[in-house]
Amino acid sequence: MAQRGIREYNGKQMLAKYWTEYFGKAFSYPGKVVLVDPKTKIEDLPKKHKWLKEEKLVVKPDQLFGKRGKHGLIKANATFDEAKKWIKERLNKETKVGKVTDKLTHFIIEPYIPHKGEFYVAIKSNRDGDTIYFSNHGGVDIESVWNTVAEILIPVEEDIKKINIESKLPKDTPKDKKKIFADFIKGLFIFYRELGYAYLEINPFVVTGKNIVPLDLVARIDDTAHFECWTKWGDLPFPAPFGRKLSKEEKYIKTMDEKSGASLKLTILNPKGRVWTMVAGGGGSVIYTDTIVDLGYRDELANYGEYSGNPTTDLTYEYAKTILDLMTREKDPKGRPKFLLVGGGIANFTDVAKTFTGITMALRDYKKKLKDTNVKIYVRRGGPNYQEGLRIMKELGKEIGIPIDVYGPETHMTRIVNMALEGKN
Amino acid sequence: MEAITVTKTKTKSKPKKQKKDYIIMDKNTKAIVFGYQQRAIQRMLDFDYICRRETPSVTIIVNPTRDGMHKCFWGTKEILIPMVRTIKEATKKHPEADFMVNFASFRSAYPTSKEALESKTIRSVAIIAEGVPERRTKELIKIAKENNKWIIGPATVGGIAAGGFRIGNTAGMLDNIVASKLHRAGSVAYVSKSGGLSNELNNIIARNTDGVYEGVAIGGDRYPGSTFIDHILRYEENPDIKMMVLLGEVGGIDEYEVVEAMKKGKIKKPVVAWCIGTCSKVFPAEVQFGHAGARAGAERETADAKNKALKDAGAFVPTSFDDFDEQIKKAYTKLVKSGKHKPIPEVEPPTIPLDYAVALKQGVIRRPANFIATISDDRGEELRYCGVKISKIFEEKWGLGGVIGLLWFKKKLPPWAREFLERVVLLTADHGPAVSGAHNSIVAARAGKDLISSLVSGLLTIGPRFGGAVQGSADHFTKYLYAGEEPSFMVKDMKGKNVNIQGIGHRIKSVTNPDVRVIIMVDFAKKNFPVTETLDYALEVEKLTTSKRNNLILNVDGCIGVLSCDMLRGIGYSREQVREFVDLGILNAMFVLGRSIGFMGHIMDQKRLKSRLYRHPWDDIQYMMPDEPEEIK
Repeated sequence: MAQRGIREYNGKQMLAKYWTEYFGKAFSYPGKVVLVDPKTKIEDLPKKHKWLKEEKLVVKPDQLFGKRGKHGLIKANATFDEAKKWIKERLNKETKVGKVTDKLTHFIIEPYIPHKGEFYVAIKSNRDGDTIYFSNHGGVDIESVWNTVAEILIPVEEDIKKINIESKLPKDTPKDKKKIFADFIKGLFIFYRELGYAYLEINPFVVTGKNIVPLDLVARIDDTAHFECWTKWGDLPFPAPFGRKLSKEEKYIKTMDEKSGASLKLTILNPKGRVWTMVAGGGGSVIYTDTIVDLGYRDELANYGEYSGNPTTDLTYEYAKTILDLMTREKDPKGRPKFLLVGGGIANFTDVAKTFTGITMALRDYKKKLKDTNVKIYVRRGGPNYQEGLRIMKELGKEIGIPIDVYGPETHMTRIVNMALEGKN
Repeated sequence: MEAITVTKTKTKSKPKKQKKDYIIMDKNTKAIVFGYQQRAIQRMLDFDYICRRETPSVTIIVNPTRDGMHKCFWGTKEILIPMVRTIKEATKKHPEADFMVNFASFRSAYPTSKEALESKTIRSVAIIAEGVPERRTKELIKIAKENNKWIIGPATVGGIAAGGFRIGNTAGMLDNIVASKLHRAGSVAYVSKSGGLSNELNNIIARNTDGVYEGVAIGGDRYPGSTFIDHILRYEENPDIKMMVLLGEVGGIDEYEVVEAMKKGKIKKPVVAWCIGTCSKVFPAEVQFGHAGARAGAERETADAKNKALKDAGAFVPTSFDDFDEQIKKAYTKLVKSGKHKPIPEVEPPTIPLDYAVALKQGVIRRPANFIATISDDRGEELRYCGVKISKIFEEKWGLGGVIGLLWFKKKLPPWAREFLERVVLLTADHGPAVSGAHNSIVAARAGKDLISSLVSGLLTIGPRFGGAVQGSADHFTKYLYAGEEPSFMVKDMKGKNVNIQGIGHRIKSVTNPDVRVIIMVDFAKKNFPVTETLDYALEVEKLTTSKRNNLILNVDGCIGVLSCDMLRGIGYSREQVREFVDLGILNAMFVLGRSIGFMGHIMDQKRLKSRLYRHPWDDIQYMMPDEPEEIK
């Protein structure tokens, strides 16, 4: 639940759909835009969108990353066949963008528009309201000409129609365009507010005749506004960021997370790492991970994850098994021990004994593998029924013959990290 | 039970002190709770009790769907807290309540908080809900600012004024609260983004200082209603607070307001600070942590940058969370050594009565149950009949007979017994509209009564004369059979007592025109039942009765009656047990089960036909009224 990026395609489509409602009829946006995903039959597109065969086209990936030009991922001034070929060469291919690699799966096709002036407009949410940024020098280098950008803060609940936007535009705004731009900004601002946007950047947009055409658009939407905006959003997808490929285990945990009311998260950072965490609570899990990194063991850190929201014994069991399976697949090549940190703060109302039951079931299942891979286990937890939870863990250690060091709230939350990694007490 | 009445409780002895601006909650705070969160309300009252507050902190509850009184515990006593439907009524009845704990959902958090902030009497609102739209929170922040009011949250557990006031569920269970010394005010105040970590903060502070004075979790949203600096400045002003703890996190720039204030010398008290999320640098692509605000967009928003800035501004900042406790201890010890602070003594809290449910779970109490149930359990992951999961019943096709076996006999029945039970249901399902039960159902349905009333009206006719032959025959035959009497003795004895043998005789059917239903059932039993002693006995009796009159045959009711007894014997019950079943009415149960199908069919039939009210025709009634009553003198 937060601000989440949406596809350029969806942003432009929303603009086109609600254009007359927010911008009237003085100028228009033809809204010629098509999305291609792995299921799209590209050959069939021109039947519905005749312009694809009548105009020259621009194609680019639409997967929430920018600087596509710099990465050679824009095909401009192309015929439909050229565009099709260009997409087919890249679709479902692993591609490196910046530091991350992922498959290209979504492309946006639009008419190629020869133009002269490029303009910049952006709106950004902040605590006091929303700030509009406008410049007559849009384009990829906007940051280098930031002194040409006018900033207009619209305070919370302020009616933009009552603000003289024209007078606040940059001084170098062409006189004949001042009114168009002011009207466009006002319309765009109301659109942004009423559709739950938190960030909207059009860089650049161009003016051709009576048309205003956004060439490049980046947007984030506050997904908590769903219950207020869903009629206007329709079925709006929030794609995962580019580069977040999930492993089999991560996917499994994600499915469990989505199916249950509890929260289960897992990110594998380094499957060969020796330090594994199984921590309760969002904040607690961050702190344990922080401490491992801050104590200088970032290269040994294997995973990030958390379980919270009172998961059932079954869920905790499955979650624990997934982690135990990953960490016991192979021995450390240098024969050093591995560490499992079963950590957590003091729970508010989660029954510690109950969640620990699931973990102990999994530990029992992996008894042999844990021994074979020389795993040492450290436990720290507090909250309802924690005494019983800790007792279960201690008993288990004796039962399966694996060292389990168990601590409660009398021991500082992250001290087990220190004990495990530095041997401190 | 005593009701907390509306009367304005201006304490007689003490003059009312003017509340200081820097205090938003303390031992005098009176609160309105929006949302019928019974557990949270009880937790607030329990906290009040162990703090030895004179009066409960919750004065009134707003519950849009119900008004009246809410009963809860005040120590060991039970008290009533009024409940109204609107905030307006609540503020009117309790103008002294200046705090609202808002448990409204993410949908209604905005309008309810707005109303509270715009009211004259509510000064602070804690918004618990997660998922309030950012734009709405921004609007609330503006209203709060304009009206000089406080918001804590959204997306928070709330906060706690040690020894005074607890927002909803903050600080968890009571034993934890006592362990963290929260039942009396210490001298350290904290502000944290995360609510989940507030328990841990309470613990760390309690172990390394003289305890928490106040703690607020501002919530994980991008735009919290109040920010770190708002609370830090408030704490700075409060002379009872000697040092402050800040727990920030990666993402956003709100911590820098504290940095600036420290640099400008606006904050003179020691600050111990740490921002969590220093690990964000090791994540390749962006991994979203739990909080909406927790995303490091730029270098400035990283935890490392903030920790450095806080340290440079003069805060006590550890090198990792692992030293956080030591930094707190260091700052506190320095304070005490400097003579600026004298540690606050510890106070023994009153014993908290243990909740029944908790005590039971811990195994420290027991109580005989008022009820015992031995046939089914709906509490687990899946409904079970006599230990068998409902999914298994479907998978293995146990059928209606199988389920009856589980719920009536607590047995896994063999296929022949299941089939027999199903046949009984099918056979008894209906016998046309003219029989008294169906007739009654029809009349009731036509009088416009609902299905259940009409059905019951029909079922109520089942007894010794209608439908009761199933029960009666089982009773009669087993009585003589089990007593070891010959069939001839039974016939003679019954005749002597002038009682008809139930289950014998038919209006139309006879030896020469047998009832096909009986033939089928008898054949089935002969082939499948391990025991047919009652049937055999009844057939012997039939021989005797039919020799007297052709139509005195074993009828279908009788057949079901005796076969049911044989079935019970066949599944392992002794004769005594069979009698027990017969006496408790099991045969009627079979008839009721089956015939209800027919009755309901007739009722629905009448309803669909839109049949009008039934009135018996005059010409079908022989009016034989005397001209005068017999006079009694």
